[in-house]
Amino acid sequence: MKEKIRIASGQGFWGDLLEAPYHQVTKGPVDYLVMDYLAEVTMSILQKQKKKNPELGYARDIPELMKRILPVCIEKEIKIITNGGGVNPFSCAQEVKKVANSLGIKNLKIGVVLGDDILDRIDEFLQSGIDLKNMETGESISIIKDRLLSANVYFGSEPIVEALKLGAQIVITGRTTDTGLTLAPMVYEFGWNYENFDLMAAGTVAGHILECGAQSTGGNFLGDWESVPDMAEIGFPIAEAYPDGNVIITKHENTGGLVSIETVAEQLVYEIGDPKNYITPECNADFTSIKLEQVGKDRVRVYNVKGKPPTNFYKVSAAYFDGYSAVGTLTYSWPKALTKAKAADRILRKRLEFLGLQFDEIRTEFLGYNACFGPLAKEIDEDLINEVVFRIAVRGKDYNAIERFGREIAPLVLTGPPGVTGFAGGRPKPSEVVAYWPALIPKELIKPKIEIVEV
Amino acid sequence: MKIRLIDIAHGRSGDKGDSANIGLIAYDEKGYKILEKYVTADVVKKYFEGICFGPVERFEMPNILALNFILHNALGGGGTVSLKHDAQGKTLASALLRMEIEIEEPV
Repeated sequence: MKEKIRIASGQGFWGDLLEAPYHQVTKGPVDYLVMDYLAEVTMSILQKQKKKNPELGYARDIPELMKRILPVCIEKEIKIITNGGGVNPFSCAQEVKKVANSLGIKNLKIGVVLGDDILDRIDEFLQSGIDLKNMETGESISIIKDRLLSANVYFGSEPIVEALKLGAQIVITGRTTDTGLTLAPMVYEFGWNYENFDLMAAGTVAGHILECGAQSTGGNFLGDWESVPDMAEIGFPIAEAYPDGNVIITKHENTGGLVSIETVAEQLVYEIGDPKNYITPECNADFTSIKLEQVGKDRVRVYNVKGKPPTNFYKVSAAYFDGYSAVGTLTYSWPKALTKAKAADRILRKRLEFLGLQFDEIRTEFLGYNACFGPLAKEIDEDLINEVVFRIAVRGKDYNAIERFGREIAPLVLTGPPGVTGFAGGRPKPSEVVAYWPALIPKELIKPKIEIVEV
Repeated sequence: MKIRLIDIAHGRSGDKGDSANIGLIAYDEKGYKILEKYVTADVVKKYFEGICFGPVERFEMPNILALNFILHNALGGGGTVSLKHDAQGKTLASALLRMEIEIEEPV
């Protein structure tokens, strides 16, 4: 058994710093590179792409990225784990195989995790009385069944561990928990037992710290952010994991950023609910048990993590079509910038009313004044305001109403308050609203499947 | 005396469906005691009037000197549906750090 392993986070979301994974595998020693690509809304976008072209439906950055990092990873024996397979992990693996072939790489096994996509099984579940109730509203999924765009189960680390056991150096999954990507190598390398819930929780907590990339190494840090060195070359987090469940969060030495108790603590509280019950397929991790200790420069030890047995359910993430929305903006300048923007809002709303357009919601915000803090925004002397962006957004079921709204923004420039600019982007176009449906499903109904693609 | 939370704490906020979570983290034990005593769920609910339309839950994490608040029905329908510029509640932690509280203890 290895004395320790170093797991590097390469992406915190699809759209993160493209250079990060390359730097993670070249700037210092690591054993694993883990990359999270999937946000809730991402799956429905990928499902749409797959509908148009059955070969697509995965994070298309991956083949390009593999061209750069595969030669290094092969040479240094770094294993790669990613959920960027989206709704088509098998096609993603085929593309990676093509890249490997073009680089002359041989004897490479790519593990593919399948079975999380349950979009085609919804009727089957409904017929057997599994109605995938919305966790927030309690409603049955049958009410939005015809508008479903995607439906996926969150697998944990187990299928990834299976793929690693089959010799995979790259593992590509669909919907997998972000934390499972990091926990899997620990289970595989240290032979951790799935009944040891403290170890499951330790790996899960490490995964939570890694899952948003540089958010644990000084990015988006609300503490003393100005003291974070060299953010231009910010290092992404690395979990140095030990067989006893101790984990040290660190980053490569020759990078910017900061790993401190404060930067790690901010990531620990990010998007959590009840901290005593952080629920994953492997365990219920207790975030109130976690201890943090600064053990060196940019090295924070995470220890004492406790866990309880998991629930009997997988989380399901489904997305459905829910109408259209559009956003228009105009910029008003001094003098009386805010008064002008407010007048423009009144005028526009009157015109929308005259036209008889129906919306589910209209929302106005003034960027530079109250877009972030809403009613908590403080009043300031208007003469000190240089400019304000008037932002108005609408949402509704009627495409034509939303489209017509888009045509009413530009006319304000010549038919409303003065000192206005910022209409270079053209008419706002209606975009589809994709709503999210969280649910639970009994674990026994879903079986992950592992396939190996050989190069 | 009057203090602003930003003088004794930092934090991070994000979304979970239509709920926002705000993790408020004290810089030291003394600061945590103040947060624990004064920044109750009721105080936070009142402060976010007009933003949070559901209940506010508070969870204590003394191990990392943090309080975690869940603001239900606070994001205008949730990340993908919301018309808000800050649909994911990313700036709500900053909004909370701006809150002033009247305390008895010297800081």
